[in-house]
Amino acid sequence: MLAALSPFQLLNGLTLASLLFIVASGFTLIFGLLRIVNLAHGALYLLGGYVAWSASQAGAPFALAALAAMLAVAAAGLALDQGLLRFVRGAELRQVLLTLGVGLVIDDLCLVAWGGDTLSIPVPLPGAVRFAGLFYPKYRLLVLASGIVVFAALWLLLNRTRLGALIRAGVDDRETIEAMGINIRLVFLATFLLGAALAGLGGAIGGGFLTLYPGADADILVFALAVVIIGGRGSLVGAAVGAVLVGLLNTVGQVAFPELSYFAVFGPMAALLAFRPLGLFGRKA
Amino acid sequence: MIRAVILAVALLAVPLLPGYVVSLAIQMLIFAVLAVSVDIMAGFAGRTPLGHGAIFGVSTYVVVWWVTAMSGSVAIAILLGVLAATALALLMGLLASRVSGVYFLLLTLALGMIVWGVCLRWTSVTGGENGLRGSVRPALLAGDTALYYVVLAATLVLAWLAWRLVRSPFGLALRGLRDSEGRMRALGYNVTLHLVLAFTASGFLAGCAGALYALFNEFASPSTVALGQSVRGLLMAITGGVGTIAGGFVGSVVIVSLENLVSLYTARWQTVMGLVFIVIMLVAPDGILGRIRQISRPFQGERA
Repeated sequence: MLAALSPFQLLNGLTLASLLFIVASGFTLIFGLLRIVNLAHGALYLLGGYVAWSASQAGAPFALAALAAMLAVAAAGLALDQGLLRFVRGAELRQVLLTLGVGLVIDDLCLVAWGGDTLSIPVPLPGAVRFAGLFYPKYRLLVLASGIVVFAALWLLLNRTRLGALIRAGVDDRETIEAMGINIRLVFLATFLLGAALAGLGGAIGGGFLTLYPGADADILVFALAVVIIGGRGSLVGAAVGAVLVGLLNTVGQVAFPELSYFAVFGPMAALLAFRPLGLFGRKA
Repeated sequence: MIRAVILAVALLAVPLLPGYVVSLAIQMLIFAVLAVSVDIMAGFAGRTPLGHGAIFGVSTYVVVWWVTAMSGSVAIAILLGVLAATALALLMGLLASRVSGVYFLLLTLALGMIVWGVCLRWTSVTGGENGLRGSVRPALLAGDTALYYVVLAATLVLAWLAWRLVRSPFGLALRGLRDSEGRMRALGYNVTLHLVLAFTASGFLAGCAGALYALFNEFASPSTVALGQSVRGLLMAITGGVGTIAGGFVGSVVIVSLENLVSLYTARWQTVMGLVFIVIMLVAPDGILGRIRQISRPFQGERA
């Protein structure tokens, strides 16, 4: 199946996978540790994209704009967690539907603030590079690289730091870690902010090549959902594998049968979920 | 008593009101059926779906498509629309019945997205972003008043069917599933089969609502099958109160009224809809009827 793809299409699939990983890794951390399916994650992505766009319109270089997006979205995440989610802790469905409502509100307010036109963030590396007989946009290679960097950074954070150990322990067994006298609330909050900041970063990066428009939040959210469902809740490696699968499947779908390209991603996902509900790398809570 | 009054108002008073109100009443009835169909899963089977908008919309699409592109009769169109929706629900049920909780919600959401993607991209049949438009209503139903009575009759029959379903031994088994799946399994109930059948029945109702909507709106577009439609149906079911057939009607009346009231003053309906979700989840997760029942419980015996 992959042999049918040209190297160019393959790279396109992988750059999309990179972006999806950045967005989905935040989603899966929150889902895994806090058991919150944050349906506002897509809206946070869009908000981050718009903030980065405004920052770059004001003259900020891309890196600074991306940082602004991460901070702004982390702040929105703080408000969401402490202002609303705090009151429905432990009630899974109430949390989901609450975040669904928050997503609708953010999406609509973004429309008010930034209008309905399609916006594109000026990319830091315009132009294309020629290698191995290919002519490929430099920015897309940067996206690919940033996905890998984020994966490495998150892997180090989760596996080599105390916070990471607490987060992993929290994913596996929340009660025990609480019984050991750790303030799990703070770990939760840190994870939620980190996850939100990743959505913001995704928005800044995605705003450069997928463009920003009302409804982009739902588009990216369903892809992130697919990634997390395929990879398994709370698993970083799962999110990476899921992102690569979704990125490639989407590209295959668009090349092979454009009219039904949604099937290519969501068909396998539905089948996987039906037979392996916890995903490829998910573990029972 | 209350029921008699509501029925009398619905039968006699509504058609006398201005045309705008009649058209609102039609929408309330149609979306009440959608909300009831969502509620069969969310309230009775204990699985909250977020893909019923797709089932609803597929029926709308098929009806409009059959009448316009195939120049078929309306009766056959409605039959085909409901059939297509029911078949889709059966398929979704087969896939989704293996999971529960938030996974059920996410899976039905994703399956609904597939339908939306197909409707958006399969331009040769669905008209893509432009959708399908045509005169679906037969001459007899051209006026809103005539259509109102047809929709009212259909809604009453469908609500009665839903009521029978949830009161039947099958419906009781569903509630058993909702409350304790393991116990029902231990008692020898085929959990998967019950869930698939419930989903199919619920899809049949959503399909009927979608077919009625085709008669009313005479237009189907990707937004008819979009996530927003599923969200709307779920919001109505939750606003009214899940686990009650009447809740679907209360939710539909409240949300359709609110939608039209808000649109008089601002274009920010989506914000208001989000806020309604937030407020309900924070203060009244059992919905309006659930809240009323909670308050009145000390004074009367519990009525299901």
